[in-house]
Amino acid sequence: MKIGIVRFPGSNCEVDCFEAWRVLGEDPKMIWHQETSVQGYDLIVLPGGFSYGDYLRTGAIARFSPIMEDVIRFAKNGGLVWGICNGFQILTECGLLPGALLRNRELHFICGPQYLRVERDDLAYTNQYKQSDIIQIPVNHGEGNYTIDDEGLKELKANNQIVFRYVTAQGEVNDQGSPNGSRDNIAGIVNKEGNILGMMPHPERVVEEIIGGTDGRGMFLSILNHWERRMKHGA
Amino acid sequence: MLKAKVTVILKNSILDPQGSAVEKALRSMDYPVESVRIGKFMEVNLPEEARDQAEEIMHEICRKLLSNPVIEDYSFELEG
Repeated sequence: MKIGIVRFPGSNCEVDCFEAWRVLGEDPKMIWHQETSVQGYDLIVLPGGFSYGDYLRTGAIARFSPIMEDVIRFAKNGGLVWGICNGFQILTECGLLPGALLRNRELHFICGPQYLRVERDDLAYTNQYKQSDIIQIPVNHGEGNYTIDDEGLKELKANNQIVFRYVTAQGEVNDQGSPNGSRDNIAGIVNKEGNILGMMPHPERVVEEIIGGTDGRGMFLSILNHWERRMKHGA
Repeated sequence: MLKAKVTVILKNSILDPQGSAVEKALRSMDYPVESVRIGKFMEVNLPEEARDQAEEIMHEICRKLLSNPVIEDYSFELEG
């Protein structure tokens, strides 16, 4: 699978993503944000970090980086685009995913392990999990408070676009389970077609026991499994 | 030269945790404050040649980059 990871000025999780893919036997490539084409790639990862110092709003300036025009074209044509943390913020800024990420409810930067409930197991990104699985994936952000208006939330639910929710260790969806005040405990969503996924937690940080866990590994394996099936049976 | 003074602020329907924190601080200082909302102020200088389209340019800039229409409202005044 040809995997491209976009590096913006201020990205700081691109190497973690790079290494995670290598752990799974893939050979990803870094794409500098000044490049203008993602032709030939099967998956584009927008990694975490602080692109452009988070100036103005998180993701607001990165969204106009030269590479993004082609990433948007690629995504609209059904290409797999996976935004993690700052990557999720960039995806909402360019309108590929609905809603926006605001300052955390308590105003603090949060960093630590977090329980998530898997809400969909039929996606390119999640087919190795089972619906309602509780997984532990770290969060690391100051602006992860997902917001969307009533109409938008209704649409997300109607189209089954919520992929991960923040929960307590017991799997309860409530205020206590949410580290940042996100609406409806939303931690990750997908577009209607299922090819563009944005999430605040960092699965690339939990792909090996030695670095603290393997609960994130399923996402990487899901994508590879999806790709393999697609190659075997045609698009 | 033309100067555009831009204000960007979270929509009323969006909770503003920073504003709430400042509001609480002011109340604890015994000021009779009802509410506080925090926004951003920006100055954009435009060249003289842009005078005729200044308003149009500023709306476009505000919509595209300076504000996120999903969560924020903007307004601006032109001076000079």
